[in-house]
Amino acid sequence: MMDGTILKVRDLKTHFQTDRGVVKAVDGVDFDVRTGETFGIVGESGSGKTLTALSILKLVAPPGRIVSGSVVFKSEDLLLLDAERLRKIRGSKISMVFQEPASAFNPVFTIGYQIIEAVMAHQAVKMSKARDLAMEFLKRARIADPAKAYHDYPHQLSGGAKQRAMIAMALVNSPELLILDEPTTALDVTIQSQILDLLDEIRERERLSTLFISHDFGVIARMCDRVAVMRKGLIVESGDKAQILNDPKEEYTVSLLESVKALA
Amino acid sequence: MTILECKDITKSFPIKRGYLQEEVGAVKALDGVSLSINKGEVFGLVGESGCGKTTLGKIILGVLKQDSGTVALATRRIQVIFQDPFNSLDPKMRVFDILAEGLILQGSSEIRKKVESSLDLISLPKGALDKYPHQFSGGERQRIAIARAVLTDPEFIVCDEPVSSLDVTIQLQILRLLKDIRKQFSMTYLFISHDLRVIKFMSDRVAVMRQGRIVEEGPVRQVYTSPSHPYTRELLSSILEVYPDAYGQ
Repeated sequence: MMDGTILKVRDLKTHFQTDRGVVKAVDGVDFDVRTGETFGIVGESGSGKTLTALSILKLVAPPGRIVSGSVVFKSEDLLLLDAERLRKIRGSKISMVFQEPASAFNPVFTIGYQIIEAVMAHQAVKMSKARDLAMEFLKRARIADPAKAYHDYPHQLSGGAKQRAMIAMALVNSPELLILDEPTTALDVTIQSQILDLLDEIRERERLSTLFISHDFGVIARMCDRVAVMRKGLIVESGDKAQILNDPKEEYTVSLLESVKALA
Repeated sequence: MTILECKDITKSFPIKRGYLQEEVGAVKALDGVSLSINKGEVFGLVGESGCGKTTLGKIILGVLKQDSGTVALATRRIQVIFQDPFNSLDPKMRVFDILAEGLILQGSSEIRKKVESSLDLISLPKGALDKYPHQFSGGERQRIAIARAVLTDPEFIVCDEPVSSLDVTIQLQILRLLKDIRKQFSMTYLFISHDLRVIKFMSDRVAVMRQGRIVEEGPVRQVYTSPSHPYTRELLSSILEVYPDAYGQ
């Protein structure tokens, strides 16, 4: 599994039936995430990048519907799996970190409780072992005071600490693929760079395959090996990071990069 | 010539707890802020969330009252452009009424003519006047908010994160529009943002805020090339540049 493809997305289409017709939010997307790499999807709001991520895990809520395509993880097409099988994969083999750490946690349970819940859902371990795992991963996520964070409710943590706890929860079942959807967008720049450092460290240690979604070319340039540029539900261009940044082929990528550079 | 002079401004907000909302302490949002802005310049105010930059903007606008310190404004013609054009425009008013409201309050004449000509400034068609805010994109809405501010002929505008809810391509369009307007009408801006790149693009001088204090102030080039405060250096080192050359051809 060292040099293979961990995720193969083909002709993925997610449409929304609305009063005014069909909105084709994701409209035929193809890409591969290779084992051990970080693959980035960059695009402006409404381009379909988050829905692409949600579609991979079949988390699209009605009226949204995945109308075609395949999402092959290792050798299984996730879109063909039944709910039970899919639940076994979500949060264990594939886990996801969302943009808003404040709304990703349940406000009425402690951080420790929620991480233990994630462990118990996927691993046949005793409570005490689950507790140890939760503590260990909070430490690995370099939370300032792990013992305190464990007993804290989400609102008692800062935004950066909450996102660290989210990362701890995403990693606690040793996933093979990590999906990060704008993991630093809600954070201040100094905290953003700390979280990106942490993600760097984790990827290096675990050799995780990562799908990294962001609107921010700066973050994408810093984190990814290969990049796809999305617009209006389609990938307009994809390739090695250096090629996309130095020698973009599509006019849209050029104009996007120009806006970024004008502000640099 | 100085258009705005703030001296030693402090502002605290009470922390309330429990059913009886007892005051259990206070947050010092502003802890002795002084700054002066020259007529015709763009003064950038940069800092992370919670540093007090919006509170300062509100005190300058007279929306909030400071606990101590003085604000001396050399003009009464002051306006504001907010961050979120989804909340700053009344959803039940047509664009014409939104734009005309300030002029009516000023007792202005030839309102329709003025409102119509403001559309040229923001590159929206005449038909826009009969529509409601929800019929526009975020960028277009921010243009409408800009026209509303400019129509009352202000000398000084507080721009509070005017592009932070917009996509980068739209950000650039709005920033260029704000630059053009400032030049054309020789206005002064207090430009508040958390984004160092945006501040650099817009401002002549910049102040860096942290925890209710200004930690560093100076001409943009000086602050960006030789920052003197460690916090400014930390902020600057957090900027993620998209240097194509750094990744090899």
